[in-house]
Amino acid sequence: MSAVAETLVRRPPKRGESFFKNQVVRAIISIAVFIAFWELASRLNWPWVGQAPAPSKVLDAWLPLLNDQGYWYSWYQSSRRVLSGFIAAMIIGIPLGLAMATSRVFHDITFPVFEILRPVPPLAWVPAAIIFWPTQELSIGFVIFLGAIYTIVLNVVGGARSIDVRYFQAARSMGSSSWDIFRRIILPGVLPSIIVGCEVGIGITWNVVVAAEMISGGGGAIQSSAGGGLGFFIWNSYIGFSYPLIVVGMISIGIAGWISSAVIRRLGLLVTPWLRVR
Amino acid sequence: MNAAALQMATKGAIRIQNVDKIYDPAGAAVQAVSDCTLDIRAGEICMIVGPSGCGKTTLLNAIAGFHDISGGAIYLDGEMLCGPDRPKAEPGPDRVVVFQNGALFPWKTNLENVAFGPVMQGKLSWSAAAEKARGMMADAGLTGVEHNYPGEISSGMRRRVEIVRALMNDPKVLLLDEPFRALDSLTKSVMHEALLEIYYRNKVTIFFITHDLEEAIFLGHRVAIMTTRPCRPKKILEVDIPHPRNYSVLTSPRFRALMEETVSAVHEEAVKAFEAGEKEM
Repeated sequence: MSAVAETLVRRPPKRGESFFKNQVVRAIISIAVFIAFWELASRLNWPWVGQAPAPSKVLDAWLPLLNDQGYWYSWYQSSRRVLSGFIAAMIIGIPLGLAMATSRVFHDITFPVFEILRPVPPLAWVPAAIIFWPTQELSIGFVIFLGAIYTIVLNVVGGARSIDVRYFQAARSMGSSSWDIFRRIILPGVLPSIIVGCEVGIGITWNVVVAAEMISGGGGAIQSSAGGGLGFFIWNSYIGFSYPLIVVGMISIGIAGWISSAVIRRLGLLVTPWLRVR
Repeated sequence: MNAAALQMATKGAIRIQNVDKIYDPAGAAVQAVSDCTLDIRAGEICMIVGPSGCGKTTLLNAIAGFHDISGGAIYLDGEMLCGPDRPKAEPGPDRVVVFQNGALFPWKTNLENVAFGPVMQGKLSWSAAAEKARGMMADAGLTGVEHNYPGEISSGMRRRVEIVRALMNDPKVLLLDEPFRALDSLTKSVMHEALLEIYYRNKVTIFFITHDLEEAIFLGHRVAIMTTRPCRPKKILEVDIPHPRNYSVLTSPRFRALMEETVSAVHEEAVKAFEAGEKEM
Protein backbone atom coordinates (compact mmCIF):
# COMPACT_ATOMS: atom_id res chain seq x y z
CA MET A 1 0.00 0.00 0.00
CA SER A 2 2.51 2.54 1.07
CA ALA A 3 4.81 1.71 -1.83
CA VAL A 4 1.90 2.32 -4.14
CA ALA A 5 1.19 5.59 -2.41
CA GLU A 6 4.74 6.74 -2.88
CA THR A 7 4.81 6.06 -6.60
CA LEU A 8 1.44 7.69 -7.13
CA VAL A 9 1.99 10.82 -5.14
CA ARG A 10 4.52 13.39 -6.04
CA ARG A 11 5.26 16.21 -3.67
CA PRO A 12 4.53 19.57 -5.30
CA PRO A 13 7.65 21.75 -5.54
CA LYS A 14 7.84 24.27 -2.74
CA ARG A 15 8.42 27.94 -3.31
CA GLY A 16 12.03 28.94 -3.08
CA GLU A 17 13.31 25.70 -4.47
CA SER A 18 15.85 26.25 -7.18
CA PHE A 19 14.93 26.36 -10.85
CA PHE A 20 16.55 23.03 -11.56
CA LYS A 21 14.50 21.28 -8.92
CA ASN A 22 11.32 22.07 -10.83
CA GLN A 23 9.93 18.86 -12.27
CA VAL A 24 8.94 20.42 -15.60
CA VAL A 25 12.37 21.99 -16.06
CA ARG A 26 13.99 18.65 -15.44
CA ALA A 27 11.72 16.97 -17.99
CA ILE A 28 12.57 19.57 -20.62
CA ILE A 29 16.28 19.19 -19.97
CA SER A 30 15.98 15.43 -20.24
CA ILE A 31 14.22 15.58 -23.59
CA ALA A 32 16.51 18.30 -24.95
CA VAL A 33 19.67 16.36 -24.10
CA PHE A 34 18.21 13.24 -25.67
CA ILE A 35 17.36 15.04 -28.92
CA ALA A 36 20.74 16.80 -29.06
CA PHE A 37 22.57 13.52 -28.61
CA TRP A 38 20.47 11.87 -31.30
CA GLU A 39 21.01 14.72 -33.79
CA LEU A 40 24.74 14.64 -33.15
CA ALA A 41 24.92 10.87 -33.50
CA SER A 42 23.02 11.00 -36.75
CA ARG A 43 25.14 13.79 -38.26
CA LEU A 44 28.41 12.13 -37.28
CA ASN A 45 27.02 8.86 -38.57
CA TRP A 46 27.83 6.90 -35.43
CA PRO A 47 27.21 3.18 -35.60
CA TRP A 48 23.68 2.04 -34.66
CA VAL A 49 22.26 5.34 -33.52
CA GLY A 50 23.52 7.05 -36.65
CA GLN A 51 21.29 4.84 -38.80
CA ALA A 52 18.17 6.60 -37.53
CA PRO A 53 16.97 9.70 -39.33
CA ALA A 54 18.10 12.85 -37.53
CA PRO A 55 15.55 14.75 -35.41
CA SER A 56 15.72 17.63 -37.89
CA LYS A 57 14.69 15.31 -40.72
CA VAL A 58 11.93 13.89 -38.58
CA LEU A 59 10.69 17.37 -37.85
CA ASP A 60 10.78 18.19 -41.59
CA ALA A 61 8.54 15.21 -42.21
CA TRP A 62 6.30 15.98 -39.25
CA LEU A 63 5.50 19.65 -39.82
CA PRO A 64 3.53 19.20 -43.07
CA LEU A 65 1.57 16.42 -41.39
CA LEU A 66 0.29 18.80 -38.74
CA ASN A 67 -1.85 20.34 -41.49
CA ASP A 68 -2.90 16.95 -42.77
CA GLN A 69 -6.37 16.08 -41.46
CA GLY A 70 -5.62 12.43 -42.10
CA TYR A 71 -2.83 12.47 -39.52
CA TRP A 72 -5.14 13.82 -36.86
CA TYR A 73 -7.78 11.36 -37.90
CA SER A 74 -5.20 8.67 -37.20
CA TRP A 75 -4.88 9.99 -33.68
CA TYR A 76 -8.63 9.82 -33.31
CA GLN A 77 -8.84 6.34 -34.82
CA SER A 78 -6.12 4.86 -32.63
CA SER A 79 -7.36 6.57 -29.48
CA ARG A 80 -10.86 5.29 -30.09
CA ARG A 81 -9.60 1.74 -30.66
CA VAL A 82 -7.29 1.83 -27.67
CA LEU A 83 -9.96 3.26 -25.43
CA SER A 84 -12.63 0.73 -26.38
CA GLY A 85 -10.25 -2.22 -26.05
CA PHE A 86 -9.01 -0.86 -22.75
CA ILE A 87 -12.47 -0.21 -21.31
CA ALA A 88 -13.50 -3.73 -22.30
CA ALA A 89 -10.40 -5.03 -20.51
CA MET A 90 -11.39 -3.07 -17.38
CA ILE A 91 -15.00 -4.22 -17.47
CA ILE A 92 -13.96 -7.85 -17.70
CA GLY A 93 -10.60 -7.74 -15.92
CA ILE A 94 -11.56 -6.02 -12.67
CA PRO A 95 -14.45 -8.34 -11.74
CA LEU A 96 -12.42 -11.34 -12.92
CA GLY A 97 -9.51 -10.32 -10.72
CA LEU A 98 -11.78 -9.70 -7.73
CA ALA A 99 -13.42 -13.08 -8.20
CA MET A 100 -10.03 -14.78 -8.42
CA ALA A 101 -8.82 -12.98 -5.32
CA THR A 102 -11.88 -13.69 -3.18
CA SER A 103 -12.75 -17.24 -4.20
CA ARG A 104 -10.12 -19.91 -3.82
CA VAL A 105 -12.15 -22.33 -5.93
CA PHE A 106 -12.67 -19.86 -8.75
CA HIS A 107 -8.98 -19.00 -8.63
CA ASP A 108 -7.87 -22.62 -8.83
CA ILE A 109 -10.18 -23.29 -11.76
CA THR A 110 -9.42 -20.21 -13.84
CA PHE A 111 -5.80 -19.44 -13.03
CA PRO A 112 -4.14 -22.26 -15.03
CA VAL A 113 -5.94 -21.22 -18.23
CA PHE A 114 -5.15 -17.60 -17.50
CA GLU A 115 -1.47 -18.38 -16.99
CA ILE A 116 -1.24 -20.35 -20.24
CA LEU A 117 -2.92 -17.63 -22.27
CA ARG A 118 -0.96 -14.81 -20.62
CA PRO A 119 2.43 -15.34 -22.30
CA VAL A 120 0.86 -15.46 -25.79
CA PRO A 121 1.76 -12.10 -27.34
CA PRO A 122 -1.16 -10.10 -28.73
CA LEU A 123 0.60 -10.16 -32.13
CA ALA A 124 0.19 -13.92 -32.22
CA TRP A 125 -3.54 -13.45 -31.77
CA VAL A 126 -3.88 -11.35 -34.93
CA PRO A 127 -4.75 -14.18 -37.34
CA ALA A 128 -7.14 -15.77 -34.85
CA ALA A 129 -8.71 -12.39 -34.13
CA ILE A 130 -9.41 -11.87 -37.81
CA ILE A 131 -11.11 -15.26 -38.02
CA PHE A 132 -13.07 -14.93 -34.75
CA TRP A 133 -14.64 -11.55 -35.12
CA PRO A 134 -17.12 -10.45 -37.76
CA THR A 135 -15.76 -6.95 -38.29
CA GLN A 136 -12.29 -5.51 -38.63
CA GLU A 137 -12.84 -3.05 -35.80
CA LEU A 138 -13.85 -5.83 -33.43
CA SER A 139 -10.71 -7.76 -34.34
CA ILE A 140 -8.55 -4.71 -33.63
CA GLY A 141 -10.36 -4.02 -30.37
CA PHE A 142 -9.87 -7.64 -29.32
CA VAL A 143 -6.11 -7.56 -29.84
CA ILE A 144 -5.89 -4.32 -27.85
CA PHE A 145 -8.10 -5.82 -25.15
CA LEU A 146 -5.64 -8.70 -24.84
CA GLY A 147 -2.83 -6.23 -24.35
CA ALA A 148 -4.40 -4.75 -21.22
CA ILE A 149 -6.40 -7.52 -19.57
CA TYR A 150 -3.60 -9.62 -18.05
CA THR A 151 -1.93 -6.71 -16.29
CA ILE A 152 -5.23 -5.49 -14.90
CA VAL A 153 -6.23 -8.92 -13.60
CA LEU A 154 -2.83 -9.61 -12.04
CA ASN A 155 -2.78 -6.25 -10.29
CA VAL A 156 -6.28 -6.70 -8.93
CA VAL A 157 -5.47 -10.18 -7.60
CA GLY A 158 -2.17 -9.05 -6.11
CA GLY A 159 -3.71 -5.92 -4.63
CA ALA A 160 -6.58 -7.78 -3.01
CA ARG A 161 -4.21 -10.40 -1.60
CA SER A 162 -1.97 -7.78 -0.05
CA ILE A 163 -4.73 -6.08 1.95
CA ASP A 164 -3.68 -6.22 5.60
CA VAL A 165 -5.40 -9.11 7.37
CA ARG A 166 -5.98 -6.86 10.41
CA TYR A 167 -8.47 -4.79 8.36
CA PHE A 168 -10.54 -7.94 7.83
CA GLN A 169 -10.22 -8.91 11.50
CA ALA A 170 -11.20 -5.43 12.67
CA ALA A 171 -14.17 -5.32 10.30
CA ARG A 172 -15.30 -8.80 11.35
CA SER A 173 -15.10 -8.06 15.04
CA MET A 174 -17.15 -4.89 14.49
CA GLY A 175 -19.91 -6.99 13.00
CA SER A 176 -19.37 -6.64 9.24
CA SER A 177 -21.06 -9.12 6.93
CA SER A 178 -19.17 -10.69 4.04
CA TRP A 179 -20.80 -8.24 1.66
CA ASP A 180 -19.78 -5.31 3.89
CA ILE A 181 -16.23 -6.60 3.91
CA PHE A 182 -16.21 -6.88 0.13
CA ARG A 183 -17.67 -3.43 -0.37
CA ARG A 184 -15.95 -1.50 2.43
CA ILE A 185 -12.61 -3.28 2.79
CA ILE A 186 -11.73 -5.19 -0.37
CA LEU A 187 -12.95 -2.64 -2.92
CA PRO A 188 -11.26 0.44 -1.44
CA GLY A 189 -8.25 -1.65 -0.45
CA VAL A 190 -7.73 -2.87 -3.98
CA LEU A 191 -8.45 0.44 -5.68
CA PRO A 192 -4.82 1.68 -5.69
CA SER A 193 -3.76 -1.57 -7.36
CA ILE A 194 -6.55 -1.27 -9.92
CA ILE A 195 -5.24 2.17 -10.80
CA VAL A 196 -1.67 0.92 -11.16
CA GLY A 197 -2.92 -1.97 -13.29
CA CYS A 198 -4.85 0.42 -15.52
CA GLU A 199 -1.94 2.78 -15.81
CA VAL A 200 0.41 0.03 -16.93
CA GLY A 201 -2.35 -1.62 -18.96
CA ILE A 202 -3.16 1.42 -21.06
CA GLY A 203 0.55 1.75 -21.83
CA ILE A 204 0.55 -1.80 -23.16
CA THR A 205 -2.51 -1.13 -25.32
CA TRP A 206 -0.47 1.51 -27.12
CA ASN A 207 2.33 -1.06 -27.43
CA VAL A 208 0.05 -3.42 -29.32
CA VAL A 209 -1.69 -0.82 -31.45
CA VAL A 210 0.77 -1.37 -34.32
CA ALA A 211 0.06 -5.09 -34.42
CA ALA A 212 -3.67 -4.49 -34.08
CA GLU A 213 -3.85 -1.96 -36.87
CA MET A 214 -1.95 -4.14 -39.27
CA ILE A 215 -5.27 -6.00 -39.39
CA SER A 216 -7.01 -2.95 -40.74
CA GLY A 217 -4.76 -2.56 -43.79
CA GLY A 218 -5.56 1.12 -43.53
CA GLY A 219 -9.28 0.52 -43.65
CA GLY A 220 -11.46 3.31 -42.34
CA ALA A 221 -8.96 5.95 -43.41
CA ILE A 222 -10.47 9.18 -44.63
CA GLN A 223 -9.01 12.28 -46.20
CA SER A 224 -5.51 10.92 -46.80
CA SER A 225 -3.35 7.82 -46.64
CA ALA A 226 -2.12 8.98 -43.23
CA GLY A 227 -5.53 8.34 -41.70
CA GLY A 228 -5.51 4.62 -40.96
CA GLY A 229 -4.48 4.92 -37.31
CA LEU A 230 -1.08 5.67 -35.81
CA GLY A 231 -0.06 2.02 -35.76
CA PHE A 232 -1.00 1.52 -39.37
CA PHE A 233 0.76 4.79 -40.17
CA ILE A 234 4.07 3.27 -38.99
CA TRP A 235 3.53 0.05 -40.88
CA ASN A 236 2.58 1.95 -44.01
CA SER A 237 5.60 4.24 -43.74
CA TYR A 238 7.82 1.21 -43.43
CA ILE A 239 6.38 -0.30 -46.58
CA GLY A 240 6.91 3.04 -48.30
CA PHE A 241 10.56 3.28 -47.13
CA SER A 242 9.86 6.58 -45.40
CA TYR A 243 12.07 6.34 -42.33
CA PRO A 244 11.44 9.82 -40.94
CA LEU A 245 7.70 9.10 -41.02
CA ILE A 246 8.23 5.87 -39.10
CA VAL A 247 9.86 7.89 -36.37
CA VAL A 248 7.01 10.43 -36.49
CA GLY A 249 4.58 7.56 -35.92
CA MET A 250 6.70 6.17 -33.10
CA ILE A 251 6.91 9.49 -31.32
CA SER A 252 3.18 10.07 -31.82
CA ILE A 253 2.39 6.76 -30.14
CA GLY A 254 4.85 7.59 -27.38
CA ILE A 255 3.11 10.89 -26.72
CA ALA A 256 -0.34 9.30 -26.87
CA GLY A 257 0.71 6.62 -24.39
CA TRP A 258 2.22 9.16 -22.06
CA ILE A 259 -0.93 11.31 -22.11
CA SER A 260 -3.13 8.26 -21.46
CA SER A 261 -1.09 7.15 -18.47
CA ALA A 262 -1.06 10.67 -17.06
CA VAL A 263 -4.83 10.93 -17.39
CA ILE A 264 -5.32 7.59 -15.62
CA ARG A 265 -2.96 8.68 -12.86
CA ARG A 266 -4.93 11.90 -12.37
CA LEU A 267 -8.26 10.10 -12.34
CA GLY A 268 -6.76 7.60 -9.94
CA LEU A 269 -5.82 10.29 -7.45
CA LEU A 270 -9.35 11.67 -7.66
CA VAL A 271 -10.88 8.39 -6.53
CA THR A 272 -8.24 7.64 -3.86
CA PRO A 273 -8.19 10.87 -1.86
CA TRP A 274 -6.54 9.16 1.14
CA LEU A 275 -3.38 8.59 -0.89
CA ARG A 276 -3.03 12.28 -1.60
CA VAL A 277 -2.43 13.22 1.99
CA ARG A 278 1.01 11.77 2.61
CA MET B 1 -13.14 11.66 39.09
CA ASN B 2 -15.87 10.68 41.54
CA ALA B 3 -16.18 7.34 43.22
CA ALA B 4 -19.29 6.29 41.30
CA ALA B 5 -17.46 6.50 38.02
CA LEU B 6 -14.88 4.15 39.39
CA GLN B 7 -17.36 1.43 40.17
CA MET B 8 -16.43 -1.56 38.18
CA ALA B 9 -18.48 -2.96 35.36
CA THR B 10 -20.48 -6.05 36.10
CA LYS B 11 -19.97 -7.52 32.65
CA GLY B 12 -16.91 -8.59 30.79
CA ALA B 13 -15.40 -11.32 32.98
CA ILE B 14 -13.19 -13.64 30.97
CA ARG B 15 -12.29 -17.10 32.12
CA ILE B 16 -9.43 -18.76 30.31
CA GLN B 17 -9.48 -22.39 31.34
CA ASN B 18 -6.71 -24.90 30.62
CA VAL B 19 -6.21 -23.49 27.15
CA ASP B 20 -3.76 -25.15 24.78
CA LYS B 21 -2.72 -23.93 21.40
CA ILE B 22 -0.51 -25.89 19.08
CA TYR B 23 0.40 -24.38 15.74
CA ASP B 24 0.78 -26.74 12.81
CA PRO B 25 -0.09 -29.88 14.82
CA ALA B 26 0.65 -32.19 11.89
CA GLY B 27 4.01 -30.63 11.14
CA ALA B 28 6.27 -28.49 13.28
CA ALA B 29 3.80 -28.71 16.21
CA VAL B 30 4.75 -25.50 17.97
CA GLN B 31 3.19 -25.35 21.43
CA ALA B 32 2.36 -21.66 21.82
CA VAL B 33 0.07 -21.94 24.85
CA SER B 34 -0.03 -24.78 27.32
CA ASP B 35 -2.57 -25.41 30.06
CA CYS B 36 -3.15 -21.71 30.57
CA THR B 37 -5.68 -20.70 33.19
CA LEU B 38 -6.44 -17.09 33.96
CA ASP B 39 -9.48 -15.34 35.36
CA ILE B 40 -10.05 -11.76 34.33
CA ARG B 41 -12.55 -9.92 36.51
CA ALA B 42 -15.31 -7.85 35.03
CA GLY B 43 -14.22 -4.28 34.59
CA GLU B 44 -10.60 -4.65 35.56
CA ILE B 45 -7.53 -3.69 33.62
CA CYS B 46 -5.58 -6.91 33.31
CA MET B 47 -2.11 -6.49 31.94
CA ILE B 48 -0.44 -9.45 30.25
CA VAL B 49 3.34 -9.18 30.33
CA GLY B 50 5.75 -11.50 28.65
CA PRO B 51 8.64 -11.55 26.23
CA SER B 52 8.04 -11.21 22.49
CA GLY B 53 6.76 -14.41 20.96
CA CYS B 54 5.70 -16.00 24.24
CA GLY B 55 2.14 -16.63 23.01
CA LYS B 56 0.32 -13.64 24.49
CA THR B 57 -1.11 -12.62 21.14
CA THR B 58 -2.24 -16.20 20.57
CA LEU B 59 -4.44 -15.88 23.64
CA LEU B 60 -5.81 -12.56 22.43
CA ASN B 61 -6.57 -14.00 19.00
CA ALA B 62 -8.41 -16.87 20.63
CA ILE B 63 -10.58 -14.51 22.69
CA ALA B 64 -11.23 -12.27 19.69
CA GLY B 65 -12.13 -15.26 17.54
CA PHE B 66 -9.38 -14.83 14.94
CA HIS B 67 -7.78 -18.21 15.66
CA ASP B 68 -8.92 -21.50 17.11
CA ILE B 69 -7.57 -23.20 20.22
CA SER B 70 -6.35 -26.77 20.52
CA GLY B 71 -7.69 -27.49 23.99
CA GLY B 72 -9.44 -26.02 27.03
CA ALA B 73 -12.11 -23.34 26.88
CA ILE B 74 -12.65 -19.60 27.10
CA TYR B 75 -15.77 -18.08 28.65
CA LEU B 76 -17.14 -14.56 28.60
CA ASP B 77 -19.51 -13.91 31.53
CA GLY B 78 -20.08 -17.62 31.88
CA GLU B 79 -20.86 -18.21 28.22
CA MET B 80 -18.48 -20.34 26.29
CA LEU B 81 -16.72 -18.46 23.48
CA CYS B 82 -14.67 -21.40 22.38
CA GLY B 83 -14.11 -24.82 23.79
CA PRO B 84 -14.12 -28.50 23.00
CA ASP B 85 -17.09 -28.41 20.58
CA ARG B 86 -16.26 -25.09 19.04
CA PRO B 87 -12.51 -24.49 18.71
CA LYS B 88 -12.88 -21.02 17.21
CA ALA B 89 -14.91 -18.22 18.77
CA GLU B 90 -17.15 -16.08 16.59
CA PRO B 91 -15.68 -12.55 16.33
CA GLY B 92 -18.11 -9.99 17.70
CA PRO B 93 -18.51 -6.39 18.78
CA ASP B 94 -18.51 -7.40 22.47
CA ARG B 95 -14.75 -8.07 22.18
CA VAL B 96 -13.03 -5.48 20.02
CA VAL B 97 -9.32 -5.50 19.30
CA VAL B 98 -6.96 -2.54 19.06
CA PHE B 99 -4.02 -3.79 17.06
CA GLN B 100 -0.31 -3.38 17.56
CA ASN B 101 0.35 -1.24 14.52
CA GLY B 102 -3.16 0.08 14.21
CA ALA B 103 -5.84 -1.07 11.84
CA LEU B 104 -7.77 2.09 11.08
CA PHE B 105 -9.06 1.88 7.54
CA PRO B 106 -6.84 4.31 5.62
CA TRP B 107 -9.55 4.98 3.02
CA LYS B 108 -12.05 6.21 5.58
CA THR B 109 -11.87 9.49 7.45
CA ASN B 110 -11.36 9.31 11.20
CA LEU B 111 -15.04 10.01 11.77
CA GLU B 112 -16.09 7.31 9.29
CA ASN B 113 -13.73 4.91 11.02
CA VAL B 114 -15.19 5.64 14.45
CA ALA B 115 -18.78 5.44 13.18
CA PHE B 116 -18.11 2.15 11.38
CA GLY B 117 -19.07 -0.43 14.03
CA PRO B 118 -22.63 0.56 15.00
CA VAL B 119 -23.55 0.97 11.33
CA MET B 120 -22.20 -2.48 10.47
CA GLN B 121 -24.17 -4.00 13.34
CA GLY B 122 -27.29 -2.20 12.12
CA LYS B 123 -27.66 -0.46 15.48
CA LEU B 124 -27.41 3.11 14.17
CA SER B 125 -27.82 4.92 10.87
CA TRP B 126 -24.75 6.62 9.41
CA SER B 127 -25.90 10.03 10.58
CA ALA B 128 -26.74 8.88 14.10
CA ALA B 129 -23.45 6.99 14.33
CA ALA B 130 -21.55 10.03 13.06
CA GLU B 131 -23.19 12.14 15.73
CA LYS B 132 -22.28 9.72 18.49
CA ALA B 133 -18.78 9.41 17.05
CA ARG B 134 -18.33 13.19 17.11
CA GLY B 135 -19.26 13.27 20.77
CA MET B 136 -16.94 10.43 21.72
CA MET B 137 -14.09 11.91 19.72
CA ALA B 138 -14.59 15.25 21.44
CA ASP B 139 -14.44 13.50 24.83
CA ALA B 140 -11.15 11.93 23.85
CA GLY B 141 -9.67 15.26 22.74
CA LEU B 142 -10.01 14.47 19.06
CA THR B 143 -11.94 17.52 17.92
CA GLY B 144 -10.79 18.92 14.61
CA VAL B 145 -9.47 15.76 13.00
CA GLU B 146 -12.85 14.18 12.21
CA HIS B 147 -12.59 14.78 8.50
CA ASN B 148 -8.91 13.97 8.16
CA TYR B 149 -7.72 10.60 6.99
CA PRO B 150 -5.77 8.49 9.49
CA GLY B 151 -2.66 9.07 7.38
CA GLU B 152 -2.88 12.78 8.11
CA ILE B 153 -2.68 12.69 11.90
CA SER B 154 0.05 11.70 14.37
CA SER B 155 0.48 8.11 15.45
CA GLY B 156 -0.58 8.95 19.00
CA MET B 157 -3.82 10.46 17.73
CA ARG B 158 -4.37 7.50 15.43
CA ARG B 159 -4.13 5.20 18.42
CA ARG B 160 -6.69 7.26 20.30
CA VAL B 161 -9.04 7.23 17.30
CA GLU B 162 -8.73 3.48 17.19
CA ILE B 163 -9.53 3.07 20.88
CA VAL B 164 -12.56 5.32 20.45
CA ARG B 165 -13.59 3.30 17.39
CA ALA B 166 -13.47 0.16 19.52
CA LEU B 167 -15.46 1.76 22.37
CA MET B 168 -18.17 2.88 19.93
CA ASN B 169 -19.27 -0.75 19.81
CA ASP B 170 -20.05 -0.76 23.56
CA PRO B 171 -17.80 -3.77 24.01
CA LYS B 172 -17.67 -5.75 27.21
CA VAL B 173 -13.98 -6.33 26.68
CA LEU B 174 -11.35 -4.23 25.00
CA LEU B 175 -8.49 -6.33 23.69
CA LEU B 176 -5.34 -4.27 23.33
CA ASP B 177 -2.32 -5.83 21.66
CA GLU B 178 0.69 -3.68 22.51
CA PRO B 179 -1.17 -0.64 21.22
CA PHE B 180 1.50 1.85 22.21
CA ARG B 181 4.51 -0.16 21.13
CA ALA B 182 5.40 2.03 18.18
CA LEU B 183 5.10 5.30 20.09
CA ASP B 184 7.98 7.25 21.59
CA SER B 185 8.11 7.25 25.37
CA LEU B 186 6.78 10.80 25.80
CA THR B 187 3.77 10.18 23.56
CA LYS B 188 3.32 6.88 25.34
CA SER B 189 3.00 8.56 28.75
CA VAL B 190 0.36 10.91 27.36
CA MET B 191 -1.46 7.95 25.87
CA HIS B 192 -1.43 6.11 29.20
CA GLU B 193 -3.24 8.92 30.94
CA ALA B 194 -5.61 9.28 27.99
CA LEU B 195 -6.40 5.57 28.12
CA LEU B 196 -7.08 5.71 31.87
CA GLU B 197 -9.34 8.69 31.37
CA ILE B 198 -11.25 6.85 28.65
CA TYR B 199 -11.43 3.80 30.92
CA TYR B 200 -12.81 5.78 33.86
CA ARG B 201 -15.60 7.06 31.61
CA ASN B 202 -16.44 3.75 29.95
CA LYS B 203 -16.78 0.78 32.21
CA VAL B 204 -15.14 -1.96 30.26
CA THR B 205 -12.80 -4.86 30.91
CA ILE B 206 -9.37 -4.29 29.43
CA PHE B 207 -7.12 -7.13 28.34
CA PHE B 208 -3.86 -5.40 27.61
CA ILE B 209 -0.79 -7.12 26.17
CA THR B 210 2.58 -5.47 26.63
CA HIS B 211 6.18 -6.27 27.34
CA ASP B 212 6.74 -3.00 29.14
CA LEU B 213 6.60 -3.72 32.86
CA GLU B 214 6.37 -0.08 33.86
CA GLU B 215 3.38 0.40 31.56
CA ALA B 216 1.81 -2.73 33.02
CA ILE B 217 2.07 -1.68 36.65
CA PHE B 218 1.05 1.88 35.96
CA LEU B 219 -2.15 0.92 34.13
CA GLY B 220 -3.23 -2.42 35.56
CA HIS B 221 -5.29 -3.58 38.46
CA ARG B 222 -3.43 -6.81 38.03
CA VAL B 223 -0.40 -7.83 36.05
CA ALA B 224 -0.09 -11.37 34.76
CA ILE B 225 3.49 -12.26 34.01
CA MET B 226 3.59 -15.06 31.45
CA THR B 227 6.19 -17.71 30.90
CA THR B 228 7.86 -17.81 27.55
CA ARG B 229 6.51 -20.32 25.11
CA PRO B 230 4.51 -22.28 25.99
CA CYS B 231 2.61 -19.43 27.53
CA ARG B 232 0.93 -19.63 30.94
CA PRO B 233 0.82 -17.30 33.95
CA LYS B 234 4.02 -17.43 35.96
CA LYS B 235 3.06 -14.85 38.56
CA ILE B 236 0.04 -12.64 39.06
CA LEU B 237 0.67 -9.31 40.70
CA GLU B 238 -2.08 -7.32 42.44
CA VAL B 239 -1.29 -3.65 41.95
CA ASP B 240 -2.57 -2.11 45.18
CA ILE B 241 -2.19 1.48 44.03
CA PRO B 242 -5.68 3.01 43.99
CA HIS B 243 -7.27 4.31 40.80
CA PRO B 244 -7.59 7.01 39.49
CA ARG B 245 -3.87 7.17 38.90
CA ASN B 246 -1.74 9.77 37.29
CA TYR B 247 1.89 10.02 36.41
CA SER B 248 3.04 10.97 39.90
CA VAL B 249 2.47 7.31 40.78
CA LEU B 250 5.59 6.40 38.83
CA THR B 251 7.90 7.93 41.41
CA SER B 252 6.02 6.63 44.46
CA PRO B 253 7.80 4.12 46.73
CA ARG B 254 4.99 1.59 46.31
CA PHE B 255 5.37 1.66 42.53
CA ARG B 256 9.11 1.15 42.84
CA ALA B 257 8.58 -1.72 45.25
CA LEU B 258 6.17 -3.44 42.85
CA MET B 259 8.65 -2.98 40.02
CA GLU B 260 11.39 -4.58 42.09
CA GLU B 261 9.13 -7.43 43.06
CA THR B 262 8.41 -8.38 39.45
CA VAL B 263 11.31 -7.25 37.36
CA SER B 264 13.39 -10.36 38.00
CA ALA B 265 10.52 -12.67 37.04
CA VAL B 266 10.07 -10.83 33.75
CA HIS B 267 13.78 -10.71 33.11
CA GLU B 268 14.09 -14.44 33.67
CA GLU B 269 11.51 -15.18 30.97
CA ALA B 270 13.05 -12.64 28.64
CA VAL B 271 16.41 -14.40 28.91
CA LYS B 272 14.75 -17.76 28.21
CA ALA B 273 12.99 -16.33 25.19
CA PHE B 274 16.18 -14.71 23.96
CA GLU B 275 18.15 -17.92 24.30
CA ALA B 276 15.45 -19.89 22.54
CA GLY B 277 15.66 -17.32 19.77
CA GLU B 278 11.95 -17.54 19.13
CA LYS B 279 10.37 -15.21 16.68
CA GLU B 280 7.13 -13.27 17.06
CA MET B 281 4.11 -15.51 17.01
